[in-house]
Order: sequence, then C-alpha cells, then structure tokens
Amino acid sequence: MALELKNVSKRVGAATHIHETSLVLEPGTFNVLLGTRLAGRKTLMQLMAGLERPTSGEIWFAGHNVTGVAVQKRNVSMVYQQFINYANFTVYDNIASPLRVAGISAREIDSRVNEAAELLRLSPMLKRRPSELSGGQQQRTAIARAIVKDSDIILLDEPLANLDYKLREELRDELPKLFAGRDCIVVYATTEPSEALLFGGKTATLFEGRVTQFGPTSEIYRHPNTLTSARVFSDPPINVAEVRKVNGDIILGDKVKWKVGRAAQALADGAYTIAIRPHHIIPTNGSQEKATIEGRVLVAELSGSESVIHFDMNGQTWVSQSHGIHPFEVGSTAKLHVDVDRSYFFDANGALVGGAG
Amino acid sequence: MARISIENLRQSYYPNPQRDEDWALKRLSLDLADGGAFALLGPSGCGKTTLLNLISGLLKPTEGRILFNDHDVTEATPEQRNIAQVFQFPVIYDTMTVYDNLAFPLRNRGVGEKDVDKKVREIAAMLDLDRTLSKRASGLTADGKQKISLGRGLVRSDVNVIMFDEPLTVIDQHLKWVLRSKLKELHHRIRRTMIYVTHDQTEALTFADQVVVMKDGEIVQIGTPIELFERPKHTFVGHFIGSPGMNVLPCQVAGGRVTFAGNVVEAVNTKAYRGNGKKLELGVRPEFVHFAEKGIPVEIVKVADAGRFRIVETRNSEGKINLLVREGRDIPTQNVRVTFDPGHTQIYEDGWMVN
Repeated sequence: MALELKNVSKRVGAATHIHETSLVLEPGTFNVLLGTRLAGRKTLMQLMAGLERPTSGEIWFAGHNVTGVAVQKRNVSMVYQQFINYANFTVYDNIASPLRVAGISAREIDSRVNEAAELLRLSPMLKRRPSELSGGQQQRTAIARAIVKDSDIILLDEPLANLDYKLREELRDELPKLFAGRDCIVVYATTEPSEALLFGGKTATLFEGRVTQFGPTSEIYRHPNTLTSARVFSDPPINVAEVRKVNGDIILGDKVKWKVGRAAQALADGAYTIAIRPHHIIPTNGSQEKATIEGRVLVAELSGSESVIHFDMNGQTWVSQSHGIHPFEVGSTAKLHVDVDRSYFFDANGALVGGAG
Repeated sequence: MARISIENLRQSYYPNPQRDEDWALKRLSLDLADGGAFALLGPSGCGKTTLLNLISGLLKPTEGRILFNDHDVTEATPEQRNIAQVFQFPVIYDTMTVYDNLAFPLRNRGVGEKDVDKKVREIAAMLDLDRTLSKRASGLTADGKQKISLGRGLVRSDVNVIMFDEPLTVIDQHLKWVLRSKLKELHHRIRRTMIYVTHDQTEALTFADQVVVMKDGEIVQIGTPIELFERPKHTFVGHFIGSPGMNVLPCQVAGGRVTFAGNVVEAVNTKAYRGNGKKLELGVRPEFVHFAEKGIPVEIVKVADAGRFRIVETRNSEGKINLLVREGRDIPTQNVRVTFDPGHTQIYEDGWMVN
C-alpha cells in the first residue's frame, strides 16, 4: 500500500511550484517534509492528497494509478495549521463526523470515537463544544478526527505551529505513538529541523520546489548529499565558508589552518566549500576540536542550558552553540574551537565530497 | 526612555469580578528598570498579553497604577505614553513603499527629512531591507512584511518603551535566529526599554536580560535566564523552561536525608527544610542527570536523536526521568543506573523551592 510519486511536477502559469519529483512512501512510516514555507511543502501535500492535479507525472497508490482521482474518493485525512472543527458540534460529534459520512454503525462509531479520544486525552471533554476548549484541545480534536477513520494517508501540515511551546513539546512526543503499529502513511510538514529530528522516521528536505534528499531522518541529518540539504536541515543555520586543501592542510581565510582530518582525507588539493554545524564550534578545547578560530562577538545568548555566540570572522557572521554557560562580552574577541572532523566538504557544484557526519 | 513601575495592578474582563478566576491579572506589582530587555513568558491565558496591553494603554486597569519614571500614566492614552509596538501580524501600509512605511512613524512626529532618511537607512540595513526600500510593501512575503513592522517599531529613538507581542510568529525558522540576534544586538546598542511577550522559551531566554514568568494571572518568578534555568523557584518554572523540562519526582526528607525511590539523594537545599510541607518533590533538569555505574536503577523507555544530543527517557517505580546525552557519547544497555548532580538538585515543598 505504498504511495508513489512518479516524475510528478506542478506548474501554475509561468511558475514551477514542484519540479519533477519521484518519491516512494511506504506504509507504516512517518515522513517529514522539511523546508521553509515557500519550499513547496504545501503543494506537494496537496498533490499527495489529490487536492491538486500534477502538471506532469503520475501518482500511484497500492499499485493503482490514482492521478486525477478526487480527494473524496481517496482514503485521505488532513490536519492544517489552523484548527478546523465544526463550531456547533460537540467534540464527540466532531470526531465522529467522518465515520457518520462513511455510514458506519452507531456502536462501531462509539467505540472508535472513545478510543481516539482516549489516545488524545479528550475523554473528559467529549460533550463540550470547540469554543470551550483551549487551542491545544481544539487541535487534538482535529487530529482525533483525522485518525479515527483509518485513513491510508494522513497529511499533517504544520499542525503544531499555532500551539504553545510546551504543548507542542507534549504533542510532538505523543504523535508518533498514535501511529505506531498502524499501516497508514503519515506525512508531516514542518519548517523546524529540530522537530524533524525528534520525530525520527524519514525526512525529505525541500528547497525551491525540489526534494533535495529523502531517507531515514538521522542519516539525512548526518550525511547531507548537498550544501542545500545541509542548509535546510540545520538549526541554527549551518556555518559555510570557502577553504583550500594544500599539502595535507586545510586553509580557511588567511589565518586558520589545520591538518587534514578524516573528513577531507581523500580529497585532492584544491578549493572546497566547508559547512560546520554551530554545535561543532565551541568555547572549550577538547580532544575532538583540532582547529581554533577567532572572531568579534556580535551577540551572546545565554539561556542557562546553552550558549549561542554570534560572531564575525572575515566579514561573515558565524554561530557557535555550546552546552552550559559561556559568557562573552559583545565586541570582544572570542577564541573558539572547531571539531573539524565533523564538518562537511562540498565541491563547486555543492555536492558532498567529504565529511564524517 | 523610562523606568516602568506597576503597582497593585488587577484586571478583570467581567463587570463584577467575584471569584479568583474572574481576574485575568490577580494582583501584580513589578518594576522594570530603564533600558532593560524584558520578556513576559507564559502559556496562553496566563495574562501576559493583558499586562502588555495595560502598559501600552490599550486597556485601562480595573485597579492599580502604572508609572513611567514616577509619573502616573494610568489614565494616559497609548499616544500620550509615547511607545512603539510590534504585533504578531504585520501592521503596515500595503500601498506605500518599504521606505515610506519605515519613515511614517518619524514623519508623523514631525522629524525633518534629513534625519528621517538617516534613520530609515540605518534600520533598513539592520533588517536587510535596504535592497527593497523602493518596492511597494504589498509585493513582499509575510516574512518581509513583518520585518517592516519590526522596523517601524524600532525606527524612533525617542520612545519610552518598545513592546513586542509574539513578533516572530509568522517568521520562518531560519530567519528567526537572525532577527532574534539582531533585536538583541540593537538593544545592546540603543539601550532602550524593551518588553517582549512570548510563549516560546527560546525567544524569551535569548532576547531578555530579565524574564518574567507568568501563570494564571500571577508572576511566578522574575530572573535572568540563567537563574530560571539553574534555580527555578517553582516546579512550574522548572517544567516550563527547558526542553524537555525539569524532572519533578516524589521524594521523602527525614533526618536531614533525602530519599527518592529508596535511594539517598543529595540536594542543594536539604538543610533548609523544616519539615512542614504536604507534598515533597525533587527537581533535577535532564542536563544534570547522568548515567553512572552506581546510582538509581532505571529502565530506558525511549531515545530521541536531537542532533547535538539525545534525549533519553527512563523510568523506575516512582516515575519518569529524562536525561540528555551529548553527541558521540554512549548509552548503556545493561544495568542502567543514573545519578543526579547534587549542585543542581532541589527540594520543592508544595511546588515551591525550599529555602
């Protein structure tokens, strides 16, 4: 019961929203679409749901070509960022509505609504109307409605974006548990790399209407295939600079130099682009940190659990993210240590050529 | 510029408030020093936006006074209070150019065109709007429009206070980092009083020097981000700040010893306990729980990869204990035991830290 996108593209007038894309989503998987709001996530979801028809290519489900089959005829559920519930229905009736449309018996409806409500901790609120619920409870109602009808495909478009931070944390923990053991395909769109990481499952990185990489989430995070994928999957933004490899050394700017490590061992001498994650540039010098850099501190954000230092080096803004409390005066010179073996090297086309992940 | 004093402020949206829950703000006094960067942080419904609207003058308090530099402004309009505000969604003139939008608050106050030009260009450069100055605002993305809103809030240098109500909601994650650090950089440069309302702890902790944590119409704790992280005065603060939040576990205290699930545990405030609490709890953040050879036996329930660390959920007979394991470090598979860092473990009595 896999969902297959075969060379699917979507153009609207002169604008290409989705470039030719092929993807296979397996049943029983949790798939994250990660990218900015304009990367094409919404269009891709609408194509998967059958809300939009592709300009070219085909969409197959369970071995059948479903291109052009209307959304009503597909067994699909969607949850949007804005909670959508029937205002004059109780929570119970809201959750039951897709089952009533499907003509399921009252007894069966009752047991399934109660089960979904139990999972989403809505049981005490079944008799209330949406206006009497908190934002989190309203969104949980919308999610309960999406999972109650045993859909083949469940599409969640930034469902937690409008919720309080702590509530988001709670639901982020609960969501994958809801789908564990089911054979539906879950697709979850987000702008937040940290959210993709915590869900695990699989991730597709999206940039300007293209899926740049797709696979198991921590693999995509640790082994980005291109500079674009690395940029999409980094929070805070990944540090990028031009370097040269000369006689076993890596040279960055006119002052920073280190002995080539495992990340760039196999590379020929020449020019490369290096990408270094903020948490691999830290104020303390350990056995992993083989290069030292210096920069002028622009901002120091100390949250107690971590220190984020924004600094200027060679006219470019860099970010360091470290555990614990590391105060720096704004305007002072910060000396920071880089775990160069965990950096990535890209060629002139932005393709990964070295990096230990 | 102004020091803001709030005295015995109470606010209700009901005509005849009777019960405790009729009050959106219960009774609140607060001093915000001149030139500080403050955040009002709490879940929705905690009263943070009500408090902001009372300070700006959009709302009149049911009881109490608000003073700017010892001058009573309780009855003053927002205009008279001379403040700048940035809201959750862009408030801009679509038909005007970006330049004219940024210039509007200045021209409105009769600032000369030469100074207008200087200020507009300075703010535009800071927000990366300099290349779009001549464009119409209507053509911009949501991000771009909100940047103009921020610029309009920041362009005047003669305001008493600049207030931000969830200003980064519509901003994409990548840009959030940039704008947050720009705001902080700007505050450092101009030292104007800024108040930032948010439910997002990351935004509050990275922007503010002082964070006011609110819950149910009351202030629970005021402190620097480091104080709130290291010494949460209430278990709510421990839970609300930090991701995941502080572990809160049942414990017993007897004869100057703290025990959790039959294990003796050291806490920073054991000596201060005088034996009168109904509910006793131990608070320790996931950052200060470590795997060890000797310690409290637990079972690993779940491991989530957060990139630079892994969040490990463990469990024993008394409850759930989360801990963080840094990238590259191992997680034991057999005979799993944890210890708590004694310098970062606190006892709480009926929710409040014993002291």
